[in-house]
Amino acid sequence: MASGVKPRVKVPKTASAGETITIKTLISHKMESGQRKDDDGNVIPRSIINRFVADFNGQNIIDVTLEPAISTNPYFQFEAIVPESGEFQFTWYDDDGSVYETSKAIEVS
Amino acid sequence: ATGLGALPASASLAEDEIAKLTGGAETGAGDLKITAPEIAENGNTVPIDVSAPGAVMVALFADGNPTPAVATIKFGPLNPSHEASTRIRLAETQNVIAIAQMEDGSFQRASAEVKVTIGGCGG
Repeated sequence: MASGVKPRVKVPKTASAGETITIKTLISHKMESGQRKDDDGNVIPRSIINRFVADFNGQNIIDVTLEPAISTNPYFQFEAIVPESGEFQFTWYDDDGSVYETSKAIEVS
Repeated sequence: ATGLGALPASASLAEDEIAKLTGGAETGAGDLKITAPEIAENGNTVPIDVSAPGAVMVALFADGNPTPAVATIKFGPLNPSHEASTRIRLAETQNVIAIAQMEDGSFQRASAEVKVTIGGCGG
């Protein structure tokens, strides 16, 4: 498991029904591309986050397949409709099989 | 296509992957838009934004990278704008290409050239 992996997500705490909100996500991860070489000339093996999914109450917002060309600490910003109160689920899948999850509740008034 | 012989090998690598994705179908222009800086000082982290109204999926390619594929973004039912921003690595000055698959199965294409001062592949 890659060390120091920490997901961070910015979601408003409240919204009105049907409102469009902006979500920002970032996960600290080295995203080793598999292209770099160490001091002895050996290729450093690829180790990246290969998929990111954002859902709200079980409905999908965005589903991204990441390649090594995504920068260190993969960042995504996108919009979502909030039909009702509920929970955003964010999931990142690592090459090494690790799955990182975080969730954020939102209150619709 | 004629007159493409002068393209560097890496450009055709990206075109190969695009052809695989589209099945060789025509790619039209439309509302698909890709926004990237004209000049990126640091190729390790280049901010890009893709906006694809009416698309179910957008694939991003960088035609000058050792591997052209960058990311594939699928938009779900709760995504109103079909727009996303991220940060990518670019090895050198090149085109970032977006291919969008629309709801009716057709494809759109947009690209942006980014001049890179310091490459992002750890040469």
